[in-house]
Order: sequence, then structure tokens, then C-alpha cells
Amino acid sequence: MSAVSSDRPSLGRRLADLGRMLVSPRGAVFLLLIVLLVAIALLNPSFAEPGQLIRFVQRVSPVAIVAIGQYFVIVGGEFDLSMGSVVTAQVVIAGNLIGQDDAKSLPVLALMLAFGAFIGLVNGLIVTLLKVPSFIATLGMMLALLGATLYWTGGAATGNPADSFREIGRGGIRDLPVIEILPWSVLVLVIVLAVAIWFARRPFGRTIIALGDNAMTARYSGTRSWWVKTSTFIISALSATLAGVLLVGYAGVHPSVGRGYEFTAITAVVLGGVVLGGGRGWVVAAAAGAFALEALFTLLNFAGVPSTYRDAVQGVIIILAVAYAATTIRARRRGRALETSPGPAPTNDTSPAPVAKEPDPSPDPARPAHIPSTQRADNETKGGS
Amino acid sequence: MRRRFTVASAMVGALALITLAGCTTDPNVTAPTEDAATEEAVEWFDQELYDKQDAERDVVPEGPEDQPWLQYINAEFVDTSQYASTGAKKACFANASISNPWRQTGWITMNQQLQVLQEAGAISEMETRDAQDSDDTQIADIDYFIEEGNCDVFIISPNSTAAMTPAVERACETGKPVIVFDRGVETDCPTTFIHPIGGFAWGIDTAEFLIEELEEGDKVVALRILPGVDVLEQRWAAAEKLFDEAGIDAVDYFTGADPAEIKKIISDELAKGDVQGVWMDAGDGAVAAIEAFEDAGVDYPVMTGEDEMSFLRKWKETGLTGLAPVYSNFQWRTPLLAAQMIFAGQQVPKEWVLPQEPIPAEEVDEYLALNENMPDGHYAKFGGEDLPGYPQVWEDRQMP
Amino acid sequence: MTATTAAPARRSRRRRLDATLIVGIALVAVIVIGAVLVASVGRNFFSPGNIRDILTGMSVLGFVAIGQTLVILCASLDLSVPYVVSLSSLIAADLMAGNPANIPIAVLAVLATAAVIGLANGLIVTKLKVNGFIATLGTGLIIKGYLDTNYKGTSGEVPWAFQVIGATGIGPVPVSTMIMLLVALAAALFLARTRVGNHMFAVGGNEQVARLSGIRTARPLILAHVLCSITAALAGLLLASRLGVGSPTVGIQGGYDLLSIAAVVLGGTLLMGGRGSIWGTIGGVAIFAVVDNVMSVMQVNPFLKDVVRGIVIVAAVAIYTSRSLDRRRPRFTTGATGTTTPDAAHEKEASA
Repeated sequence: MSAVSSDRPSLGRRLADLGRMLVSPRGAVFLLLIVLLVAIALLNPSFAEPGQLIRFVQRVSPVAIVAIGQYFVIVGGEFDLSMGSVVTAQVVIAGNLIGQDDAKSLPVLALMLAFGAFIGLVNGLIVTLLKVPSFIATLGMMLALLGATLYWTGGAATGNPADSFREIGRGGIRDLPVIEILPWSVLVLVIVLAVAIWFARRPFGRTIIALGDNAMTARYSGTRSWWVKTSTFIISALSATLAGVLLVGYAGVHPSVGRGYEFTAITAVVLGGVVLGGGRGWVVAAAAGAFALEALFTLLNFAGVPSTYRDAVQGVIIILAVAYAATTIRARRRGRALETSPGPAPTNDTSPAPVAKEPDPSPDPARPAHIPSTQRADNETKGGS
Repeated sequence: MRRRFTVASAMVGALALITLAGCTTDPNVTAPTEDAATEEAVEWFDQELYDKQDAERDVVPEGPEDQPWLQYINAEFVDTSQYASTGAKKACFANASISNPWRQTGWITMNQQLQVLQEAGAISEMETRDAQDSDDTQIADIDYFIEEGNCDVFIISPNSTAAMTPAVERACETGKPVIVFDRGVETDCPTTFIHPIGGFAWGIDTAEFLIEELEEGDKVVALRILPGVDVLEQRWAAAEKLFDEAGIDAVDYFTGADPAEIKKIISDELAKGDVQGVWMDAGDGAVAAIEAFEDAGVDYPVMTGEDEMSFLRKWKETGLTGLAPVYSNFQWRTPLLAAQMIFAGQQVPKEWVLPQEPIPAEEVDEYLALNENMPDGHYAKFGGEDLPGYPQVWEDRQMP
Repeated sequence: MTATTAAPARRSRRRRLDATLIVGIALVAVIVIGAVLVASVGRNFFSPGNIRDILTGMSVLGFVAIGQTLVILCASLDLSVPYVVSLSSLIAADLMAGNPANIPIAVLAVLATAAVIGLANGLIVTKLKVNGFIATLGTGLIIKGYLDTNYKGTSGEVPWAFQVIGATGIGPVPVSTMIMLLVALAAALFLARTRVGNHMFAVGGNEQVARLSGIRTARPLILAHVLCSITAALAGLLLASRLGVGSPTVGIQGGYDLLSIAAVVLGGTLLMGGRGSIWGTIGGVAIFAVVDNVMSVMQVNPFLKDVVRGIVIVAAVAIYTSRSLDRRRPRFTTGATGTTTPDAAHEKEASA
């Protein structure tokens, strides 16, 4: 959180700080993305044409939107493993309920959004009220929702929905200069990203990060944590719903659409420098993580890497990217922690240890906790030395 | 000191990252431990089986003309008089899974066939355990049937060939008839093994069609579902061999049958250069492949899919040059009918090879008309037109 | 340092009993419901064949979950287990090649390979500071790439002498289950009686506090990852024994990554680390096995099975957390006013 607020102005002075940002842990994803895009363009110059690039953005849109939704959950300190199943369920709902009847498009779209919000609400309430760890709650939802969808359809959806509905994911504004076509999904992505940036900067969005950074502190500062947490799950389920709408257009109806999206989204978010366990991250970087991941897959396609090697390459890249970000973040946090810890630590006598693990009873609500050590964030820095 | 270490390690990490990002063309980067096994695909190719299936494609099957699920190719019959007995029998069915549309369609058909045999008094009930694609679970399922099932006949659709062999042998040791279908096992103890001609035949049919329609040097994109599944690997092994020999430039991808993945792969291939042909090891997701050509605004490819309705419909709609290879779905009827024959003491083929004929362009209209209201995941050659519940049960995909 | 660790060790053992007790009650409840349901379709839940089916269903997941418990205790995760399982089954079957004389060397090679993978996981997590989730996701993908490239299907041959392990039993109890329980006992003793084992609780509970109290925090975590890979390798060996061949997909088929994590949490271990028990995990595995068994006997539609599994996972953990939170509350307050041991810190996290 502190990183977000302090780095924002430097983004404003883009030109001066661009280089520094790119090698910073949060900027690393942009550097990775640029390197990948340049590599693709070198292998296949036609990729750099505007028409091809916009097609690339269209293709990434669903993943990026899912990553944006997952960002809010992760930054709030939780996981959402049910996103893939939500995507699948929505795709199948669209296929089976709309059918070839154009008139049903809008009502069913409304139904899908309501259903998505409902799933998110259930996830959120299970996590907040029943105190089930989100990993388990959403894992259960993932199994149950996919199973129910398959049971309902006998395993295979009836068929694709009406072309007018699929137009959202497949079509766009045609006959434009330079880019030829502006796909609707690109517009949807831009809108979602803009809303997400706006939302993340609002007090509510900041509260999510504060909650992920230090749940105790946030609670003492008067946050209705159950509602904040629940809302992040609703956001992620709604983003999965939107991704489903785009995917049913882009790809069509199939029970395997959306499979693995939860892991793709988490990987993208983490590639974007967002810390698992919450409290740190930038939504734009999370979206960039999705772009980097898809660019990597595209590069592997263009480079003609045998398909069986692709997973291995992906594994190496995500480990290295996160290792890079983690080691640098750690270096920085160390510096910051040393500067600030003399502040809160002496004021807190009941603290079990010199490092402020205890809730700080007098935090400034406007300035979310500066305490570097949260229980979950420790995962990321596990091991010391 | 510590900070210097982390900064240094970070720089090393960044360097490695950049080097790696730039060097992904070199596959050696990712698999440093392995360099010898690249030729294993060739080693795995089974020339004998290939030749057998190649020959079987041209054999006119024997048996009732309008019931392909009772036809057989080059059959050697076995005597089953020791099993002959009266009364309704209990069948125990160890199913690998119903996790794809092909298996779901077959499972629906099998249940309708069961109804017929129950009404005829041949089968009293069928107890089914579904292994959900797990070898380990299916072994436990078979063991459970042996000990607790009170079964008169075992019907097994193995999840994988070699792994299921010991369990099937245990079932054989009970002395009761054992019927294996779809994928085989590495033992000849089952009373009968029912299957269509096989994966190599699929590969030969499809590859020969594409080679016929294309020219040397043309590009074919092969879309495959998963690695490591023998029936699917056989399809590709045969096709790859033929493409190689004919000078067709074929490149293969694994898609998980995910249409989004298929569309991305085709889009990237089209961005790289022209694609003249698409080969699939299963038709699931074929529509997305065709749409990728539409979206890119280029000519349709020559394409082989499967007899899944989604492909047949899109094929008809676009008028592309295509072939629908068939992995005969009607084989799901045969095992229960074989059980009935075995208890009647009739001879059954030891290896019951069912016909497996692709659907060519001339026959598409006929199959589309026959299956007009079926869902996209339905298979045209499901062979259940004379069963109770037709067509409603298949249209609604009702399964127990 | 001995002073700070002695108290939590004693306390956590008492608490572990509480947690394990609740899991045990849940297991008994599931068995009772299951027995009634099974009886309703005219079958006997307690017949030898059925009990063997349940115990067999426990063995493989049990091995994986024991290792996963150690990793989760240290507040990490291991998502690479299914691929380690597959790789182990392949190495074992290929090296044995049908010859009983090769069994020892094959087993050693499998365990050594797994240990190296676990060491890599542990080092990536501790030295490169990559979150365990991502680190093991990555190594899992790397192993998957290796498997997909080099194996087109099942491979190798396991000699009968080794297949016996997976195929025989004493009465209704399979040999494999007994080995699994022995490994569980060893793991439980390791956690309770050894210093590294104690340190695992400390590191998972609060890494910073553990470090400040003089524990070299990297070691327990690396060791947990190594042991987790090794138990996954044992699962792979067992599967090779049951299948008679090695299989590149057998780990994925079982879904051992997410299921083992679910079983561990179902067994009362905190996902955020620092608290849990091996016997709880075994209880969690048993709950899964019983639920699966009952659904199979009832011939539940396979799609609905996943729905039931999902609901059971969430419901069981929900019941468990609500019960255990109530029990912890009073101690939380006394702990906060009284001692300032790391244990008190654990308590706060648990209730947070």
C-alpha cells in the first residue's frame, strides 16, 4: 500500500522515472512485457502491425479482466480459486439459456451478472462469517459449481448462443483506419481497467489493501472487514462473469472454457508484483501480468517451441520473475522497515516481539499501516538469512 | 552487506530473465536434464498394429447390415457355452469416466440399451462405478466389484491400457465372463474385447485425406487434446508419419479441447503464415478453429474433425473441404448385447473389431437430418435410433 | 531458546488433541451417515471388501497429505506433488524393468530424485523468496514439461515382487495402508520429538519471531519441502506398484495437489501455518475416502460427486473452525496478558 501511494507521483513524472520504474520490482512486469513483445515482433514482424496488436489485446482481454478481479481478492489477503468455474458456468448459461433467440440476450446477461454476484457473495460470506480459509472455500466452490454445471447440461452445452450475443467477444467497430477493427472486448477491458484504477484509489479500495496488509490494524480502525472482504469476492466473480461473456463470443461454448483460469489469473497477478497474502500491489501491474503471460504463450507459439516444452518454459519464467521482484522488494522493504520500526515498536508494550506483530492500537485510518510484517506476507519472505 | 547481496542477486535474476526471454527459441533451456529422448515418438510407433489397422479399414464387416454395433471385422469366435444359463443377470460396469462429450453420448446410449435388455429379462441390473479418469480409482472399483459386487458379468472400459491389466486379470480369475471395450488391456483373458478399428486407422484416414487435398510443402496445424493418452497418441503417430512421408509441414499443439486455446493457436499460426490444413485428434472444439480463419479473413482450410454435431454443422454452414473421422460411438451398445449373447451360449468374437468409417462430404446432409435437434456435443454415429427414449433422451442428455 | 520452545510444544500438543478430536468426531459422523446410506441400498458398509476399498482410497492421498501437512505447517504450499507422483512412478517402473533385483536401486533413485526436487522447491522458497504457491506451481510445470516431452503413455514394468505391496493385505487392511500409517507415525514423532519438528511449528506460526528466538528459519522449511516431495514419491511408488507400470498422468488423475491441501485443512491444520497435526490430516483423508466410497456405492452421478465433495470440504472446515475458535478464545486473552511467548502470537493469528 505504501508503495502504491509513494510511487504514484513518480508515475506522473513518467519520463524521468520510467527507467527506474522498469527495473523496480513493480515495474519488472512492464519490462518483461516489453521484452516479450519485442521478441515476438522480431520473430514475426507482422505482429507489430496495429491490426495484429489490437487482435492480441482482444485475445488477452478475458484473462486480463479475470486478473483484475483476482487482484482485489489477493491484495485483500485471500485467494479466489473458483474463478475458472464461474467462467465455465457463465459460458454454459449463455449457451443454454440464450440459444438462438436474440431477444433473450439482455435478460440472460442480467441473470448472469446476478448469478456472478451471488456466487461472489456466497464465497465472501463463507470466508468472512464461517471463517473458512478462502483457499478452501473457493476450492469447494470450484468443485461444486463446475460439477453442478456439468450435471445440469449432461456434460455438454446445447450449442453456441445467438451471434448477436457473441458479437461482444468476437466482433467490434469495423472499418476503422490504422487498426481496421476495434474489438468490443478491448473497449470492455479499457473500461474495466479504468473503473478498477478509480476504485482502487477510492477509500474503499484503499481499505481493501489495508485489510490485506494488516487485518488487525484495519479492524481497529473501524473497517467493516466482513463487508470489505465479501465485496472483493463479488468483484472477482463479476469479473469472471464479464470474462465469460467475452469468452463465449471469442471461443464459443464448451465446458473446458475457463478451465485453469484461476491459476492463470493468480500467476498473472503475481507476475504483476502483487504479493500473495495481501497488502501490496498495483492493479495496472496485475493486468500487465496477464499481458506478459499471454505474450509469453504467443512467443512460444511463434518461436515454434515444441508444445510439450511450453509448460516448462512457463514454469521457469514465473519463478524467475517472482524471484526477481521478491528479492528487490525485500531489499527495499528492509530499508523501509528499519527506518520506520523505531516508530511504532516502542509505543506498543504488549508486542510479543520487537517487530510489530501486534495490532497497533492507534493507527491513522487515512494512512494504512506501515507495518511490514503481516502473517501472510511472511510467506513471501520466508526463510530469512 | 545483506542489501548488497540482494541487489546483486536481483541483478543476476534480471539478467537471467532477459536472457531467458530472448532465448526461448532454444528448447534446451527448459530441459537441461534431458537430451536423448527426442526420438521416443518413433520408438513408440507400432508398425505391426499400424499395418493391421490399415488393412482392417478395407475389410467389409460381417454381421447384420443395419446394426453396425453388431458387425465385426476378421473375427475369431470363442465358445461361450460354459457361461450359458437362464435368468436375468447382474452386470457390473467399471467405467473410466464420462468427462468428455464422446463418452457422455455413449453412456446415454448404453443406459437406453440397458433398458431394452432389462425389459427382455436378460439383464436384471447394471451397477456402475465411475473412476473419474483415475487409474488408481478404477483398479479399486474393479476390486470392489470382485469382492462385493455379486456380479454375473464384468464390463470394463479401461482408463488406460497397461495400468488396468492386473486388475482385469483379477476379474478374469473369478471365472465369470469379462467384457472389455474401447481401450484394451495387455492380456487376452477377457471373454471379448470390443473396439472400433483404432487410432492408427483414424490417423491414416485423416492424413490420407489431407495429403490428397493438399500439396507438398503445405502447412497443417494439428490440434491435439492431451499428451500421454495412448488412443490419442496413436492417432497422431500415424498421421505424423504419413505427413512426414508426403512432405506436409505439420506442427502439433495441445489444446485441452479448450476452444479459446484453439483459437489463439490458429490465430498465431495464421499470423506466422498461411495454413492450408487443420488436423484434429478429436473434433471437440473444431468450431473455434474454423472461426479463427473467419476472424482472420482468410480462406477456410482443408480440415478433419470428428462426427460431433458442432463440427458437422459448421462444416455444412461454411462449405469447407472436410472429413469427419469417426471413433464409432455406437460401440457403447455392444458390451451389454455381448453379455446377453454370452449368457445365451452364443459365440462372440474374441477381438470384436467394429467398423469405423469416416463421414465424407456426401453423407453430411444425411447425418445432419438424422440428428437435427441434437445438442452440439452429440455424436452423429451414436447408433441409438432404435432404442427407447429416442430422440428425447439424447436431446436432453439425460443420464442417471 | 529451550525455554521458549518447551512451553509451546507442550501447549500445542494439548491443542492438537483438541483439533484432532474434532476431526475424529467429524469422521465418526461421516461414517455413521455413510453406513446408513450404504445400508439403504442393501449393502454392508463394514464388510471386508468395502473397508478395503476405503483404506485403499486413503493410501495414496494419505502419503501425499502427510508431506503436505509438513509444508503447510511451515506456512508454505506444495502444488508440484502430482507431477512428482507421476515422475516417481515412471522412474520406478523404468528402472525396475520387470526385474526384482532392481527394486532397491529403483526405490533409492526415486527417493533421491524427489529429494532433489524438494530441495529445489525449498531453496526457491527460502533463498529466492518466491512464495511457495508460485514456486511449486513453477517447478510442477517444469516437471510436467519434462513428462509430456519424454513419455507418450505408460512406461516400464514393475516386477510382481513389488506389485504385491499394492495388491495384498492382512485381512481387510491393505499393506499399502499400513505403510502409510507407519509413515504417518514417523512424521508425527518427527514433529513432536525432534527439534527441527518443533521448529516447523515455530517457523510456520511466526517466522520473524522464530528467527529472533534463534531458529535458523530456512532449514525447517527446506526440510519440509524435501520431505513433502519424498512422501509424494512414496505415493508414486505405491501407484507404480498398483498399476504395474509408470504413468505420466497418474498424479494429475488423482488431483493430489488440491485434494491433499483440502485434506490437510480438513484435518484441522491451519492453512497459514504454525498449527496442525498429522493425525488430523489422516482423519481428513479418511473423511474424503469414506465420502467417495459411499457415493460410489450409491452410484451417484460423477458430476454430482464433485458437487458433494465441494460442499463437504467447505462444510467440514466451517464446522471445524467455528468449534475451534470458540475453544481458543479464552486462552487468547490469558495468553495476551500473561506470557509473551511465540505461542501467544500464534493464538492471535489463529483467531485473526
